[in-house]
Amino acid sequence: MAAAALNRAAMMAVTLLGVAVFVFVLLRVAPGDPVAMMIGPGASPQDIAALRTRYGLDGSIMLQFGLWLRAILGGELGTSISFHRPVASLIGERLPATLELALSALCLALLLGAMLAVVGTLSRRGGEAAVDGVSGLLLAVPDFVWSLALVLLLGVALPVLPLSGRIDPSLGTDFRTPFYLGESLVTGHWRAARDVGAHLLMPATALALPLAAIIARVLKGALQEAMVQDYVLVARVKGMSELRLVTREAMRNAIGPTLALTGVQFTFLLGGTVIVERIFSYPGLGNMAIEAVINRDLPLIQGLVLVFGLLFILTNLLIDTVIAGLNPKLRHG
Amino acid sequence: MTDALLAVRSLSVVSSRREGGPILRAVSLTVAPGEVHGVVGESGAGKSTVGRAVLGMLPRTMQVTAGAISLSGTELLTLDAARRRRLLGAHVALIPQDPLSALNPSRRIEAQLTDGMRMWQGASAREARRRALAMLEEVQMHDPERVMRCYPHELSGGMRQRVLIAAAFMLRPKLVIADEPTTALDVTVQRQVLRLIRDLQTRHRTGAILITHDLGVVAQICDDVSLLYAGRVLEQRRTAELLGEPQHPYARALLRATPRYDRPDQGLQPIPDAVMAACRSEIAHVDQQLDQQFDRASHG
Amino acid sequence: MPAMLRDWRLAAGGGVLLGLIVLAVFAPWIAPHDPLDQDLMAATLPPAGFAGADPAHWLGTDDLGRDVLSRLIYGARVALMVAVPAAAAAALVGTLLGLVAGYFGGWVDVIVSRLVEIWMAFPAVLLAILIVAILGSGVVSVIIAIAIIDWTRFARVIRADTMAQSEADYVTAARTLGFGRWTILLSEILPNVLPGLLALIALEMGIAIVVEAILSFVGLSVSSDAATWGGMIASGRQIIYQAWWVFAAPLAAVFISVLALNQLGDGLRRALDPIMRQ
Repeated sequence: MAAAALNRAAMMAVTLLGVAVFVFVLLRVAPGDPVAMMIGPGASPQDIAALRTRYGLDGSIMLQFGLWLRAILGGELGTSISFHRPVASLIGERLPATLELALSALCLALLLGAMLAVVGTLSRRGGEAAVDGVSGLLLAVPDFVWSLALVLLLGVALPVLPLSGRIDPSLGTDFRTPFYLGESLVTGHWRAARDVGAHLLMPATALALPLAAIIARVLKGALQEAMVQDYVLVARVKGMSELRLVTREAMRNAIGPTLALTGVQFTFLLGGTVIVERIFSYPGLGNMAIEAVINRDLPLIQGLVLVFGLLFILTNLLIDTVIAGLNPKLRHG
Repeated sequence: MTDALLAVRSLSVVSSRREGGPILRAVSLTVAPGEVHGVVGESGAGKSTVGRAVLGMLPRTMQVTAGAISLSGTELLTLDAARRRRLLGAHVALIPQDPLSALNPSRRIEAQLTDGMRMWQGASAREARRRALAMLEEVQMHDPERVMRCYPHELSGGMRQRVLIAAAFMLRPKLVIADEPTTALDVTVQRQVLRLIRDLQTRHRTGAILITHDLGVVAQICDDVSLLYAGRVLEQRRTAELLGEPQHPYARALLRATPRYDRPDQGLQPIPDAVMAACRSEIAHVDQQLDQQFDRASHG
Repeated sequence: MPAMLRDWRLAAGGGVLLGLIVLAVFAPWIAPHDPLDQDLMAATLPPAGFAGADPAHWLGTDDLGRDVLSRLIYGARVALMVAVPAAAAAALVGTLLGLVAGYFGGWVDVIVSRLVEIWMAFPAVLLAILIVAILGSGVVSVIIAIAIIDWTRFARVIRADTMAQSEADYVTAARTLGFGRWTILLSEILPNVLPGLLALIALEMGIAIVVEAILSFVGLSVSSDAATWGGMIASGRQIIYQAWWVFAAPLAAVFISVLALNQLGDGLRRALDPIMRQ
């Protein structure tokens, strides 16, 4: 048990290091001089040299990497070239917005996917084919395209949802934490919660639809397998309704493998936030990452990619833990 | 027979998937309160279908084409689904074959014992719990408190079968359907389990249908026996009579092919081909008679 | 062959792909207007059937008076020019690594699997944008970016397929006959993983079309005034309240292409898999 956990931790460290090396190399072999771009024409060579020293850009690549690695291990992610502010605090401001978006999308996906799976399990051939058709459509079209379709549908044709941003500026920004949705729900500011929720709904739905389809497919298969087990027959003889059989008896045994898969797919959803945030001008990490690439803001790009890698690894770790906790055999084993 | 708890009359079932004859053909049987009716036959004889039909849980590919089933005078086949679910849920219980797969692996024993009582008798959690503990003692479980907290994988096969029997008797049902309840257990545990079912069923005056392929099991606990072959009842009598002097050649042959606990010295004999041929020709004959009856009934 | 067309997935997916190819190849003859021809006097004309429509512009015009239908048809060119080579390149790299990792196992497999895991830790879109930003805009950069981000999709599937095939009796038989490892890999295993590979290539073409649209949307793909679906979507997004069709038409094109290529992949997998075919 302990050896396996250690092994996994080592693998994750290798992955994280790989991510760091990859981005570092990619950006250093890139043509173009970020300092010259940043400072603009007419700068004196002294100014450029000063900047290079400041950002550690004049040493060898190995030296730059070593400096950078030592810095991040000490929690120092450097200073953004375009924002002139510490990368760590920029990420700290934006991360909660992305987390709220991704987790809302995850909840939506689980809800919609579970609903589709239950309907598909309960209905006869025709209904099941319809559910398969819907999940096939949701899966075939990626989040980027769903985002734009939602913009057209719910932003323009039936203008019921806001098209961009995270909250209506007129509602003020007197939040104490950067978790707008979480905070307004906890403190009971329903007007703010509703507005933040309305801003979240479209991007979260776009991210959720493909994941919902995957959940629906896997969960439906597992539910159908569970529904022919003897324990379901016994419960059926007890007089439970079919809906209750699916949700209470079969679901507990079907959800484990589904959650494992959802965890892996959630990491793709996190990646999807990049373009979806851009489309909805949502002030999260992804939007900032695209901004950073366009501005060639090397420290910020590195920091952001590292954070995405960390989120990927933490998600995998969390899912492993949740699944171990859900399975009674492992819990007591 | 007006005092019958369960009466199955001329029940016929066909399968849309299987070519050839019906699954059940004009099967009739009755179960009185406190009695055990054994349904015996080889695999494929349709004995499990009898139980499924009573429970109203035939596979989607099977249909009842004729006959009637009544429980305490209530006609089951014409009852709407919700009322039947309520009636059967409260008064009929199933003891399934395989104790390994008949308990939900991710629910604690307590939840699986108490849910029926809370659903149909509106019992509080505490009441249901008290009954569950008493029931576990009745099936001679050691340390019922601990068992209640367990998940199924923490119990042995024999313990799980006892839990299933306890669950079946939780609501004091009128009828218990036991489908090969001991096939998955080893022989020593088998006898204990059968005795347990017999005790509970006698004490609470519960009627029971026991589905088995094993005449040895029948000899131990059944009052009446129906011998099924290819979906037809070949012989239906009191157990002692059938085992003592079986009339049908198939019954005699089956008896000789069954291991006897009381006469272990006698070897087992396979059923002779001639008997099987006789069975088949007799079935053709019975079918012919039934067809004629059916024709008369539908033309008259 | 006609039996294959009985599957509606293959028929619909193949039909749309064929249509795209025809549009792309014959764009100059099919398109009613020059896609770059501006006419500010005829800006934001609505599609046929709406009030104020010009019958010369079926799908209307954009804010510079360019014909939306013509731009859409020329956009199919860019979409295919990117999708076909990008899918081929990703398939080549991914299949090679997948075959080698799956067949040889050992440290080769460890390295490939680690690489795939590292790749998965990146948000694919961010990586694509990063690569194009480094290489500079243009069709070639987009193709390289897609190949670099999506080879893992092929490597994962082909690796698993190869592992399964390596256990099969015919491989053992070939080995006992003394065939070399590369001979076995290329002449025995490769043909058996081919059906899955073809299906993946169809899927990948759909994904490549979307990635190209994403890059155009961000402003990094081909030159900004060339007719691309993503570029049309991005500029249509700016005038979505005044002229929704400039946004809707390319979006529909992307939607239908992705859906069709997905069904084509699904249909190919079903039709070519010898076990599913029986």
